[in-house]
Amino acid sequence: MDRTGDTPVIARGAARSYGDASFGPGLTLDMRRLDHVTAFDAASGVMTCEAGVLLSDVIRLWTPRGWFPPVTPGTKFVTIGGMIASDVHGKNHHLAGSFGDHVISFRLALGDGSVATCSRTENVDLFEATCGGMGLTGVILEATFRMIPVRSARIMQETQRAPNLAAAMDLFEAGSERTYSVAWIDCLATGAELGRSAVIFGDHASPDDFDSDARSAPFSRRTPNKRRIPLDFPGFALNRASVSAFNKLYYKRQAPGRRLVDLEPYFYPLDAIQDWNRIYGQRGFVQYQCVLPLATSRDGLAALLTEIARAGDPSFLAVLKRLGRESFGLLSFPLEGYTLALDFPATDRTFGLLDRLDDITLEAGGRLYLTKDARMRRAMLEASYPRLDRFRAVREQYGFTTRFRSALSDRLGL
Amino acid sequence: MVTNQSVLILGARSDIGRAIAHTFAGHGRPIVLAARRAADLNVDVADISARYQVAASAIEFDVIDGGATRFFDSLPELPDVVVMVAGLLGDQAVNEVDQDAAMRVMATNYTGPACYLLEVARRMEARGSGAIVGISSVAGDRGRRSNFVYGSAKAGFTAFLSGLRNRLAAQNIQVVTIKPGFVATRMTAGMKLPPALTAAPQEVADATWRAVTKGSDVVYVRSVWRLIMWIIRSIPERLFKRLSL
Repeated sequence: MDRTGDTPVIARGAARSYGDASFGPGLTLDMRRLDHVTAFDAASGVMTCEAGVLLSDVIRLWTPRGWFPPVTPGTKFVTIGGMIASDVHGKNHHLAGSFGDHVISFRLALGDGSVATCSRTENVDLFEATCGGMGLTGVILEATFRMIPVRSARIMQETQRAPNLAAAMDLFEAGSERTYSVAWIDCLATGAELGRSAVIFGDHASPDDFDSDARSAPFSRRTPNKRRIPLDFPGFALNRASVSAFNKLYYKRQAPGRRLVDLEPYFYPLDAIQDWNRIYGQRGFVQYQCVLPLATSRDGLAALLTEIARAGDPSFLAVLKRLGRESFGLLSFPLEGYTLALDFPATDRTFGLLDRLDDITLEAGGRLYLTKDARMRRAMLEASYPRLDRFRAVREQYGFTTRFRSALSDRLGL
Repeated sequence: MVTNQSVLILGARSDIGRAIAHTFAGHGRPIVLAARRAADLNVDVADISARYQVAASAIEFDVIDGGATRFFDSLPELPDVVVMVAGLLGDQAVNEVDQDAAMRVMATNYTGPACYLLEVARRMEARGSGAIVGISSVAGDRGRRSNFVYGSAKAGFTAFLSGLRNRLAAQNIQVVTIKPGFVATRMTAGMKLPPALTAAPQEVADATWRAVTKGSDVVYVRSVWRLIMWIIRSIPERLFKRLSL
């Protein structure tokens, strides 16, 4: 690393953030070579590993031993360092919080040659700024976090259909004790069917849930079918008709009821299709993920879904999720309320729609997830992240503002 | 193979060596990592034992030190599988004018590995079992102007492995020659390599694992290289000497 501090740097893990967080005006540090597991304590489930260790490796190697990450995002192809920098949340956020809640400590390179150990008792300001800090408060070198014990490599999944948004939210509230919950929304449903969705609950299965012949091998896993999108789809392939058909089909396929499913297709359905993003063609796509506080969720979500349905831009993927309490991370995304995540093809029309969604989100007191964002305006960020000033103060205090820069931080003045 | 068969990786700091260590450890094999500055390998030792719950250790090793006898005397036991990964690409232009550099490439790719493997072979023959793997190169299949110092050393190593295989075939000792082709590693970082011909280190490791378990002799990691090198070898010398390959 250049120690004079002249060249700004930004760390990059597995480059799975959706926007401009992992590159910038200066150098990009590829962290994937820093990928050693330092220690694992089989009594407590505490793991220490370098920042570039892949979550997919942790899952592949530790699930058969009865341990699972406490929080997992929707893809397993992320690094541990990236999970801290994004303070990722999963389908269990309402109970488990975000990944930072399970991090005990980490070692952080401050860019002046020094390395600080950060935890809830040591360098607390750096700990709070770095969880969710998008890599702008130093380079995470190594982290210690707690895994959770599991009794099998399967999930007992229960799917319930919700004919509209109110019904979906009622299901979430009634299922607040379930370990995992998420809803797939058909974004093109309108009127009385607005928010039509399949709400999917899940709990780690115990061997008792298995057929008697499978009980002796609770960690055995079927080899997943690996599919791949071999080429960029042409732009016309994705239109209102095809997305509508896909959504109808998907909604139908989510048959109500309980069934045992493997961990990987449950948590990472898109990981099974390599290069899935190519269905969006050369122009690519943008993701939009907002969270609305509980009090304004019902009206705010209805307004968002109405606007999306009215615009008629196809959103392939629309995911609704109840989140738990706000995290300690100064720039952490989650709020107690509901989060809606959407994919759109990156067209001019989409960007117009997203500006209108921003207005609704802001009006409802919500905010956007930096890890998914590629286009929000600075004013939107400043109006929605109340601890932004404290984050900026930490950046100033440690001389990070010139040292650690990404296209994201330049765009938003972080 | 019995699952407790230990594996010695000679040149364990390289990307290929590391991938091979992880792959064999992932199948439950105890691992000994050997490289220069072995103390730096402690993170790899911890990593391998944490990930795969196998015994792992590190030992000082320099392929060109001529100390093979001493090296194997210092090991607590003779490993069941020995993988020679050590190698040095060097810079052809420099090698043509700097004899020390050329000698270093020759020693690291041929004489050094050969001397170590002669010692391994002698000890495995005495024991009556074992497997020897040499990571050679397609560059050894025919000398070309772009890298013939490296290529000739690999040609020597390939010929050595071939002869050693012949020599030990009747003694129940397997000798495998791995020819990776282009591999995306630190050694080739910054080079423009055609993706269809370039393997990841893990592919080399997977090929090595398959070769040892299946009892293969000579393996091209990506089979397209077998065809490419067959064509290159088939070009008449009269024409070949005028080509820019």
